[in-house]
Amino acid sequence: MYDIIIVGGGPAGLTAAIYARRAKKDVLLLEALACGGQIVNAHNIENYPAEAHISGAEFATKLYEQVVAFGAEIRYERAVEVKDHGNYKEVVTPYGSYTGKTVILATGFENRKLGVEGEDSLVGRGISYCATCDGNFFRNRTVAVVGGGDNALEDTLYLADLVSKVYLIYRRDSFPGEEETEKLLKERDNVEFVLNSKVTKLIAEKRLTGVEVADKEGNVRELEISGLFVAVGKIPENQNFASLIDLDEAGYAIASENCRTKVPGLFVAGDNRVKQLRQLVTATADGAVAATEAIKYIASVN
Amino acid sequence: MALIEVTKETYEQEVLKSEKPVLIDFNADWCGPCQMLKPTLHALADASDDYKIVSINTDNEMELAMEFEVFSIPCLVLMKNGQEVSRKVGVQPRPVLEAMLRG
Repeated sequence: MYDIIIVGGGPAGLTAAIYARRAKKDVLLLEALACGGQIVNAHNIENYPAEAHISGAEFATKLYEQVVAFGAEIRYERAVEVKDHGNYKEVVTPYGSYTGKTVILATGFENRKLGVEGEDSLVGRGISYCATCDGNFFRNRTVAVVGGGDNALEDTLYLADLVSKVYLIYRRDSFPGEEETEKLLKERDNVEFVLNSKVTKLIAEKRLTGVEVADKEGNVRELEISGLFVAVGKIPENQNFASLIDLDEAGYAIASENCRTKVPGLFVAGDNRVKQLRQLVTATADGAVAATEAIKYIASVN
Repeated sequence: MALIEVTKETYEQEVLKSEKPVLIDFNADWCGPCQMLKPTLHALADASDDYKIVSINTDNEMELAMEFEVFSIPCLVLMKNGQEVSRKVGVQPRPVLEAMLRG
């Protein structure tokens, strides 16, 4: 049995692993895809203490290497369920199950899908969730961004420098995202706002060739595009654990600053927890707090 | 076998004429998810000699990326006898890549 099983290899989970290993605890970290979490998509981080400029991938790589050096065991398996057996917990993956005295859920976010038919099969064939990753492949082509939050506006600005034209499709007529970015977008000749509109259909043969959008009045318009960047928000990845822990309306795990859930020995850290500010620094802080709480819990029950 | 960096010049020899299955990883230096996938690919490459794992940098090899119609990276393409047999887009965990190589 492990002392601490950490679910999720983003900044929160990796930091928890460092704290747990420094306290000589046996640690298993389960990561569904690859370590690093959302931060790997950040182009340039300028607000992390003592790092004036660092790319998200470089930050994640350094953090990952630090965790490996501390001797945490990492397995690439998605946790599909956590079972509470009182004095120990069981984490189930498609490949097996692992037992631990404590579990820290640091699962973060996943990208919200658009929810239009054919979306999944067109990922990598015109549909993307990462403008900074894929923008380069659409040089001198026409693309569209869907969404109205900060990510959508920033993606549009980033793409406007690369591609010939960007449509920004949003279901309302004003953006909740940064006003400053919106102002910059309005100055661009190659950005066209398509407001009060929803994507109703993806047009594709082998790959995406266009979208159909409908506005509030029901007017339908077809946009010829070769890329669609989906930035319609993120959802906390707590669905697999909803039977054990309390979630708020938006799906965030309810736990206070001490990262404890209502189940003793089960903790939650990082972006998937209810909190005021979701930043790299608050994610790593959560990892430290959750690991420390887990260590205290182990000491108290033994 | 170590991970092999492939260019337009070495593509034919390393990929098309390979007797073993070849898993191509289309990536770029600035792509965060690609960097995070690298350790998995290195580990897979070191684990067996039954297949080859090669990396193609899409910035340097735009022609190859276009030929494969790569529009999202990381993009993983499995080649057998010079033919594409399967493809996965986005970061994949090791068991998924192992299943892809077996399939």
